[in-house]
Amino acid sequence: MAGVTLRNIVKRYGDVEAVRGINLDIADEEFVVLVGPSGCGKSTTLRMIAGLEDISDGDIAIDGDVVNDVPPKDRDIAMVFQNYALYPHMTVAENMSFGLRLKRYPKAEIKARVDEAARILDIRELLDRKPKALSGGQRQRVAMGRAIVRNPKVFLFDEPLSNLDAKLRVQMRTEIKKVHLKVRTTTVYVTHDQVEAMTLADRVVVMNHGRIEQIGPPNELYHHPRTRFVAGFIGSPAMNFIPVQLEQASGGLTMRLSDTIAMPVPAARTERYKAHVGQSGLVLGVRPEHITDAQSASGANIVPFDIRLDVIEPMGNETLVYFTLSGETMCGRVSPEAGAADGEPLKLAANLNHMHLIDAKGEVL
Amino acid sequence: MTAAAMASDKSAPTRKVQYGSMSRDRAWALRWSYFFLVIFAAFFLLPPIYMFITSLKTSAEISAATNPWWVYNPTLSNYAELLTKPEYLTFFKNSVIVSVFVVTITMLISIPAAFALSRMRFWGSATLATGVFLTYLVPDTLLFIPMFKMFAVFHEITGIQLLNRWWVLLVVYPTLTVPFCTWIMIGYFASIPKELDEAAIIDGASWFQTLTRIFVPVALPGIIAATIFAFTVSWAQFLYPLAFTTSVDQLVLPVGIITTLIRGDVFAWGQIMTGALLGALPPLIIYAFLMDYYIAGLTAGATKG
Repeated sequence: MAGVTLRNIVKRYGDVEAVRGINLDIADEEFVVLVGPSGCGKSTTLRMIAGLEDISDGDIAIDGDVVNDVPPKDRDIAMVFQNYALYPHMTVAENMSFGLRLKRYPKAEIKARVDEAARILDIRELLDRKPKALSGGQRQRVAMGRAIVRNPKVFLFDEPLSNLDAKLRVQMRTEIKKVHLKVRTTTVYVTHDQVEAMTLADRVVVMNHGRIEQIGPPNELYHHPRTRFVAGFIGSPAMNFIPVQLEQASGGLTMRLSDTIAMPVPAARTERYKAHVGQSGLVLGVRPEHITDAQSASGANIVPFDIRLDVIEPMGNETLVYFTLSGETMCGRVSPEAGAADGEPLKLAANLNHMHLIDAKGEVL
Repeated sequence: MTAAAMASDKSAPTRKVQYGSMSRDRAWALRWSYFFLVIFAAFFLLPPIYMFITSLKTSAEISAATNPWWVYNPTLSNYAELLTKPEYLTFFKNSVIVSVFVVTITMLISIPAAFALSRMRFWGSATLATGVFLTYLVPDTLLFIPMFKMFAVFHEITGIQLLNRWWVLLVVYPTLTVPFCTWIMIGYFASIPKELDEAAIIDGASWFQTLTRIFVPVALPGIIAATIFAFTVSWAQFLYPLAFTTSVDQLVLPVGIITTLIRGDVFAWGQIMTGALLGALPPLIIYAFLMDYYIAGLTAGATKG
């Protein structure tokens, strides 16, 4: 068990910088998820921790020791790959024990560890099978078992659930979390799926264009995103963005969406936003759950407005409504009883207590 | 009543659907396949059949003006004579030894070479891989003269005589088998997902262990295909042994049959055919047992991602 430290990690492929100076401290027993769109450098970062890619610049330390030039096998890590990478000619038990057999562990100890991992993952009855006789979810468990038996300092997961169908993915997500609670090994997990990131992580690291946008616990990222990228990436459906002008009005600030629509800024935020009055390129960010039907929302800073809906998506417990405001497609979440219908008008309400104001550089103010 | 209602519902498709066109298509395809395959099989099977027929005849019957496709007085004397001849058994033994060694040497070189060229990305590995393939394109008919000269020069300098020794073939044959086998193995190794060796490396395997414990077992069909190829090439090779070996006790089967059974203008056809037929047996037996692997090896990478 050990922490992992990344200091100014850079990865260059020729002239292209895939990772541009990453600093990250992962505590012992922590579950950290690297998340971001494809090509953001998250997998490269993970592979550098594993030692499968060289570091162009910076330092990686595992358990306090710099491992820049340490080969993968001496880093005491285990990795789970997207396509499982099980050895096709070995049985499940042989797959799981391969690393231990290479290190010449005593037979009894190997058996004990394999049995223990098989018990944790509930794959005891599969131990004699070959990988081709397993389903996708079972293969994924075996791949995790192969990591667990080694009892490494760090687990590395590279998009382990991407090859599974949606239902199994949700199930395995829970499994991974349970296993982590049992085994308590420091884990770095890479995914492009923000839901996976939110549900699994102690802390989420949002990456974009080879840089870290924000690091924090899931709820902090969700409620206090620091950049427009994080605000838009975390949460599903994504946050609504709409350009606004910030104006000084009698008794406070006003956000002007268009010539006809203006909304007052909550009084509590006047102080924070005052300096940005008249600034160009400001964007208002509101999450879909803060745009609801006017009937079920009232109170301070909840601004009702009439709109004609484009389309609706009934989800059962709620209905997603889509409409156009100042040329932007917006999404709201209303009660199924609100009477929303395709192409029909509806009275909605925006809860500005949870609004975000973003400047032209993409930073949340 | 319900039937009537359903009938009125089915007003849309008025055109009569033609069923069975697929199977008619298939029948025609099969007919043509049989036609060409029979021609093909006949074309390639007639020579061995003729060899077999001739091997059962006496010299007198072979030179007689009778139907060459029929045996009037079948005899096994050719077989008996050949199999009791010490030279023929020596040729057979030489061929077996040379082929087994050549296959072993070839595999020991080309498997690690293919692994290195396909996986251990080093400077110039792609160029080297192409280079290996280009060597295969140079025909042996062009190579044997310079090689002969090289061996002669080697003898002058070191005093070690390589010519007219059966084991010189162990040096010469791999120039034919190694490039091709390396090339097939590169293709086969390339079809093995990269994560497999990465997983092995993280599990603590060295490059050598990754090769022997992961790649060789996973690529076994490809290795068997390459083995069969190497065996066939060295078993059937004629030009090199003809050029590099001359003494009767150093000859391999194909050359031995020609040199001992043709004396001046006297052709012992019955024994030549018998010898060739018996010589064709070992590859035949190997193919029969390993055919499935051979096909799997040659088509791998075509369908698997």
